[in-house]
Amino acid sequence: MSDQQHIQLPEGSIEKQTNTLNLGPTHPATHGVFQNILELDGERIVSATPTVGYIHRAFEKIAERRPYYQITPLTDRLNYCSAPINNIGWHLTVEKLLGIKTPKRVDYLRVILMELARITDHLICNSVIGVDSGAFTGFLYVMQYRELVYEIYEEVCGSRLTTNIGRFGGFERNFNETAFRKIQKFLDEYPTVLKEFENLFTRNRIFMERTQGVGAISAERALNYGFTGPNLRATGVDYDVRVATPYSSYEDFEFTIPVGTTGDTYDRFLVRNAEQWQSLSIIKQAMDKLKDLPSDVYHTDVPAYYLPDKEDVYTKMEALIYHFKIVMGETDILPGELYNAVEGANGELGFYLISDGGRSPYRLHFRRPCFIYYQAYPEMVKGAMLSDAIICMSSLNLIAGELDA
Amino acid sequence: MSLTNEHIKNRLVEKFGEALTNFEESHGMMSFHAPKEINLKVLQFLYDEEDLQFRFMSDLCGVHYPDNTGAELAVVYHLHNMVQNVRLRFKVFTAVATPQIFTATQLFATANWQERETYDFYGIDFVGHPNLRRILNVDEMDYFPMRKEFPLEDQTRVDKDDEMFGRGGSVGI
Repeated sequence: MSDQQHIQLPEGSIEKQTNTLNLGPTHPATHGVFQNILELDGERIVSATPTVGYIHRAFEKIAERRPYYQITPLTDRLNYCSAPINNIGWHLTVEKLLGIKTPKRVDYLRVILMELARITDHLICNSVIGVDSGAFTGFLYVMQYRELVYEIYEEVCGSRLTTNIGRFGGFERNFNETAFRKIQKFLDEYPTVLKEFENLFTRNRIFMERTQGVGAISAERALNYGFTGPNLRATGVDYDVRVATPYSSYEDFEFTIPVGTTGDTYDRFLVRNAEQWQSLSIIKQAMDKLKDLPSDVYHTDVPAYYLPDKEDVYTKMEALIYHFKIVMGETDILPGELYNAVEGANGELGFYLISDGGRSPYRLHFRRPCFIYYQAYPEMVKGAMLSDAIICMSSLNLIAGELDA
Repeated sequence: MSLTNEHIKNRLVEKFGEALTNFEESHGMMSFHAPKEINLKVLQFLYDEEDLQFRFMSDLCGVHYPDNTGAELAVVYHLHNMVQNVRLRFKVFTAVATPQIFTATQLFATANWQERETYDFYGIDFVGHPNLRRILNVDEMDYFPMRKEFPLEDQTRVDKDDEMFGRGGSVGI
């Protein structure tokens, strides 16, 4: 029971003046399993009390028992709208701990996947803002193109939503011709779609009136609340992990960081759209750069951590030993302690890893951007209308899986 | 002028003297240990000083070191100076019998839920926290599950008849 439900009324009041509304945990407008207990005065929100944890799956605890390579599937299930970023972020963390350097081609292939994931994440978020403001068309329209991206994942790793993409040191197999053809197809088709999506929304008067000034937060408050990613950039702070501390050869690419000014729902929408253009440009650059690199490199040579070819396992003794040790999770990892962050689709996704040299981490903490910025929600919707609260929630890009770990 | 780890260390030692220990630098990030009585003083100093300006809290989490008698629980703060793009980490230790640590919520609003999460999983009692309740686990839970004394289930156990999951019963291990 929250304090807000027992609002102290002046002496002599006959009854409570506000209405309590339980928004969630399975309300269709919350796009995920979280509950908000709203105190409403008419249609104005007096206070909001978020309750989270409905799909908590104890990933940090499970990770303390699993060998390192089995933790990748756990990261899939954090932000499942952009699983490749989580997977690759985890791989980069372990590679940093082990001091593994990956070849440029691996870096660029990773960049392609991460940017594709960013596009899918942003397109869902932005089109859902449309849905919540009553414009369903945009959502149905862009959803087809998420399908194209999922087909690319399918070609690269075999699965679509929870991808478990890549291995420590690279990828489990090379990208095939079809994968590149599909990426090219997406690059050719998506700009028209995105342009049309922007035409539908950006200067749409109804949409602007529904979103401008709604759920605004100042840069100062946003920083104090630990905002990162598009939500922070919408307030005007140009912080992006890809630029601040480049990983996976992001320093080789030319791109800009779009920023907003007011930090409201409309600015978040604009920032996400602009970022999709930047991501498209990064993928194009990466595709060009790949042309100059040998096309058969897709992993680095770290036999102790990277599964050998199946053929070698049957014919070579060393490969058999490594295969056995990796599969049984008997490979020890160097002891150490590090915090590594990547730019997730909705903010700085950090991995705080303490290794004591054993087969599984001593402690692994995920810095989950959703969890951190959702606590600002009551402040952002205070005094707003009920419909604004819903649109503000979808513009924050909350992913229940990431929120609850 | 860029901010170096060396400079941060000197400034901290100048201010707090012997109190801060275990200065280390690994993977480019400086880390140190601070006594739990002055955790807020350290945070405030790092926040306020013109040349330090660690005004963004990236992360706050707990760690349990059961072998570290008298200082079993740790709270780990990750701070970030966004202007100079420098990060640092410091740890505050406390005994598991007296898990009281001052809350950082007055300085960083982001610490609110992260401290609730740390309380939820490690039972660290953040003194002065405005709403220290469980956040991800159910309210009725009476233990702190991330502590090391709660091992995950042993996959090879045989005492449990769990035939549907391929172990115990007639299926064998």
